[in-house]
Amino acid sequence: MTRYGYYPGCSLEGTAREYDVSTRIACQELGIELVELEGWSCCGASSAHATRYWLSLALPARNLRLAQEQGFSALVAPCAMCYARLRHTQHALRDPAVREQVNSLLDRPLQDAEVKVHSLVDLFSEEERLNLLRSKVQRDLSGLRLACYYGCLLVRPPEVLEPDDPEYPTMLDRIVEAAGATVVDWPLKTECCGGSLSLSRTDIALELTRRLLEDALCRGANGIVTACPMCHANLDMRQQQINRRYGTQLDLPILYFTQLVGLATGHAPKELLLHHHLVEPWSLLAQAGIPA
Amino acid sequence: MARVGVFVCHCGSNIAATVDVAKVAEEAVKMDHVVYATHYVYMCSTPGQELIQQKIQEYQLDRVVVAACSPRMHERTFRKATAQGGLNPYLMEQANIREHDSWVHADIPVATEKAIEIVRMAVAKAVGLAPLEAAQVGITKRCLVIGGGIAGVQAALDVAEAGYEVVIVEREPSLGGHMAQLDKTFPTLDCSACILTPKLVDAAQHPKIKLYTYSEVVGVKGFVGNFQVTIRRKPRYVDEKLCTGCGICWNSCPLRPRVQEDGTVKGGFPSKFEANLGRRAAIYVPFAQAVPLVPVIDTEHCTWFVKGGKCGLCAQKCPRGAVNYTQSEELITEPFGAIIVATGFDLFDARALGEYGYGRYPDVITGLELERLMNASGPTHGHVLRPSDGRPPKTVVLVSCVGSRDEKIGRPYCSVVCCMYLAKHAIMLKEHDPEVEVYNFYMDIRAGGKDYDEFTRRAIEQYGAHYLRGRVSQVYERDGKLIVEGVDTLIGRPVEIQADLVVLATGITAPEGARELFQTLNISYNQYAFINEAHPKLQPVETNTDGILLAGCATGPKDIPATVAQASGAAAKAIGILSKETLIANPMVAEVNERECVACQLCVQVCPYRAIEMTTTRRGKPVAHVNPSVCKGCGLCVNACRGGAINLKGFTDQQLVSQVSALLAEPLAEVLDER
Repeated sequence: MTRYGYYPGCSLEGTAREYDVSTRIACQELGIELVELEGWSCCGASSAHATRYWLSLALPARNLRLAQEQGFSALVAPCAMCYARLRHTQHALRDPAVREQVNSLLDRPLQDAEVKVHSLVDLFSEEERLNLLRSKVQRDLSGLRLACYYGCLLVRPPEVLEPDDPEYPTMLDRIVEAAGATVVDWPLKTECCGGSLSLSRTDIALELTRRLLEDALCRGANGIVTACPMCHANLDMRQQQINRRYGTQLDLPILYFTQLVGLATGHAPKELLLHHHLVEPWSLLAQAGIPA
Repeated sequence: MARVGVFVCHCGSNIAATVDVAKVAEEAVKMDHVVYATHYVYMCSTPGQELIQQKIQEYQLDRVVVAACSPRMHERTFRKATAQGGLNPYLMEQANIREHDSWVHADIPVATEKAIEIVRMAVAKAVGLAPLEAAQVGITKRCLVIGGGIAGVQAALDVAEAGYEVVIVEREPSLGGHMAQLDKTFPTLDCSACILTPKLVDAAQHPKIKLYTYSEVVGVKGFVGNFQVTIRRKPRYVDEKLCTGCGICWNSCPLRPRVQEDGTVKGGFPSKFEANLGRRAAIYVPFAQAVPLVPVIDTEHCTWFVKGGKCGLCAQKCPRGAVNYTQSEELITEPFGAIIVATGFDLFDARALGEYGYGRYPDVITGLELERLMNASGPTHGHVLRPSDGRPPKTVVLVSCVGSRDEKIGRPYCSVVCCMYLAKHAIMLKEHDPEVEVYNFYMDIRAGGKDYDEFTRRAIEQYGAHYLRGRVSQVYERDGKLIVEGVDTLIGRPVEIQADLVVLATGITAPEGARELFQTLNISYNQYAFINEAHPKLQPVETNTDGILLAGCATGPKDIPATVAQASGAAAKAIGILSKETLIANPMVAEVNERECVACQLCVQVCPYRAIEMTTTRRGKPVAHVNPSVCKGCGLCVNACRGGAINLKGFTDQQLVSQVSALLAEPLAEVLDER
C-alpha cells in the first residue's frame, strides 16, 4: 500500500460526500492508503483567486506546509478545484520572490521538500493501477455506455496541470475501460459547463450544461463519468431545471469515476452513496444487472 | 616625425551648436605631431573633401584626422578623400565628436573639452597608423541557387541571362516548389502551373543553367567569389540522360493506384505533391509537368528494393533501358562565386491545435489540400469533394490564422498570404458551385498589395462569401456534419455553423532541415528558422556573409510578387559579385605573428566567420593563418590569443595603447609592460 496524504476539501465533506466515500473505497481496492491531512483548511478555490492574489496562494500553501510537516511526500486531492489551486500554488512558488512573500503570510514557513500533488485521476490511470483494477473486476459493466467529462480544471492551463492532452485527454477513458464499462467517445470532454456562472447567470449555465448532456446522449451514452464535485453538481442538479426550461426530457445519471471503480469491484450502490444523486442511477445500473 | 592634419567638422549645427569647433582646431594645432588644423561646416561635402586633398599637398601631411560624425557614416568618404590627396587611405583616423559627443551632451564647455580629448586620442592613434593595402581575390563566375521553386528559378534565369553559369540544386525530384501545387493565384486568378511551368522549362533549357534535382547541399567551404560546395545527388534509379519521360514505367508499376468501378482509388502510396490526398506508384514523377520529367523510385515501397530483387517490371518495360537499380548516391564538389538561398517554406502542422480537429476529422483540411482538390489535375479532377464521403460540400467554413499570430504556441508572426488565399478560396468555391455557402472566420483582413483589397471585396460583394469577424473555438463532428463553434464579434454573438468542409489557413513555417542547411552555410537565422537579412529594411536580399544572398520565403512569409522581386534583387547582387574581375578585400583584418604563435588554436575556435585555419610555416611549424578575404576584423581572435600573437591591422595593440596613453598623466605602456 502506498501512503498518500489525503486532502478532501470542503465539497467532499458536504455536497460531494459520495465522492469522499467512494474515493476511500476505491483507493482501498487499488492499494492506495489515504491518511487525512491533519488540520487541513480551505484551499480558496471558490473565490480567492478571483479576489485576492496573495490569499489565493497562501491558503493552499498552508496545506502544502502541513503536508510537509506531517511527512507526506505526496498529497491526493480528488476535488478538481482543490487540485487545481494546489497545483497553481506550487507552480507560482517556484519563483523565490513569490515564495518569500507567501511565507511571510503563513504562521510557519514552507519547507524545502516538494510535495507531489495528485488528482486521483492521474494516480488511477497509471498502468499498474489499471492492471490491478482489471484483475479485480467482479461485474460485467459493458452495458454502461459512459462519456467521460473532464471539465476545465483538470486540463487547463496545460503548463500548470500537465494533462496528457488538453484538448483530447484520455485518462478517465482508460479508467472507465479498465473497469469494464463501455467508453463513449465524444468531442465535448473539456467543454465549459458554465459552473462559474452557476449563481450569477444561471441561464448560461443551463444552456451550456444542456449542450453537454444532449451531445453525450446523441452519441449513445447512458451515463456520464466525472472527476469533479462542481461538474457533478452542475450536470446532476440542473437536469430538471433544463427540462423545465427547454422542454427536454433529460435523465442522464452522472457518476464519479471512483463510484464506477467501486461498482466494478463488487461494492453495493448504497455503499457508494449512489442514492444521494438527484438523477437516480437505478435504470442505468440495471443495464449491468446491479440491483438497487 | 609624423605630420598630422586635423579637420574639425561643424556638421552644420549638429556638432557646432554644442562644441566650439574653432577652439577644438585651435587646441589641436598645439598637439604633438600636428602641423595643421582647421574647421569647416561640412567636411563630407565636395568642398570639404577638396579641402582635405589640398591641405595634404600644401602641408605635406602624412596623416589625416577628421573630427566629425561616426565612422559608420563617412569613414569611406574621408578615406577616399585622403587617397585622392595622395596618401594611403588607411592613414586617416576619424574622431567621432558627434554621436559620441555633441549628440549626447548639452553643456558646451564640457562637450568642447571632451571633443579636444577625443581629437587628442585620434592624433595619437593616427601617428601610429601604418599604410594598408587591400588584397585582391579572384572570382569563380558561377552562381549556385539552392531551391528550385519560383524564387530560385527566377533568380537563376536572371543570373543566366546576364551570361553567368548557374546551378540549381533542388531536393525534390522536380522544380516548382509549392507554387506548382497551387490551383489559382491571387489576385489575378491565373492558373499557377500555367504561369510557373514556362519558367521551369526555360530554366531546364537555358544553356547556362544546370539542374541538380533530387539533390541537396551538404557542405560549404570558402568565401565570396571562392565557395566550394559539396552536393549530394540522391539516386533516382533512373538515368536522366536516357529517360524521355514517356511514362511507360509508372503506368506499368504493379503497385500503382487504380480507380475502381465505384470511383474509389485502391493501391499506390500517398503522393506528397497531392498533399497526401492522392496516390502514386512506387516509381513516379511528382506531377505531370515535372521538370525534369524523369521519375524516381521510392525505395521504401518498391518491390525490387523491399523484396530483394523481385519484380523489376519498370526496367524491363523501359524502351530506353533507363531504369538502373544499382545507381548510387553521388557526392560532387563544385566551385561557385555566389550562392542564392531560396529554400522556401513548409506549412504549420495543424494537429498541434487540437481544437480544430485536423487529423481527427477527414473533412477538416488545410488550404493547400483544398488547392489540390480544386485543381483539375488533382486527386478529384478538380471537383471539390469531401474526403470522408466524396460528396460535394454545400457549406464550407474557412478559418484564418491557424498557427499564425498565436503567442500561445510560439508563433506570433503573421503569415502574410492567408487572408488573400482564403478570399481566393471563397471565390473559387463559388465558381465551382454557385450554390455553396462560404463562411470565413477572420481576425483582420490583410490585403495590402496591388489590387488585393479590391479582390477581397469581390469575394464578399460579388461572390457573397460571409465574412465573420471572430475566432473559431472548436470544430467537432455530429451526425455527419462538422459543427464549427465560433463568434461574430461585430454582432457580439457566438455562432454555430454546421459545415460540410472546414478549411484551415495554416501558417508558413521554415522547411524541414532548414536549420541544418543554414548552419552548413554559416548564415544566421531567427527563432523561427527564417534567415536573418543583413539589414531587414535596406539589405533584404543579403546576409552578413558576403556572397550569400536570399530570395523568397526563406527569410519569412511573403507572396509571389514579393518573392519574384526579391529573386531578381538577389540575382542583381550575385551579378554584381560575378561581374567583377577581382574582389577587393577589407585590409583591416587580423594577422598572425608566426614567430609568436604557439598553435593553441583558440583563435580558430573563436572566429565566428571561420576565417582562421591552421597551416605550417616553411620550416614546418604549425601556426594559425587568417584568411584576409573572410576576416571581418571583429577582433575576437585578438582577445582570445593568450600570447598576443595576433594583431588587428588598423587597431593594433600599440595603436590602442597610444590612444589611451594620450589621455593619461603617464604613458600606459609603463603601466602594462608585457606588450
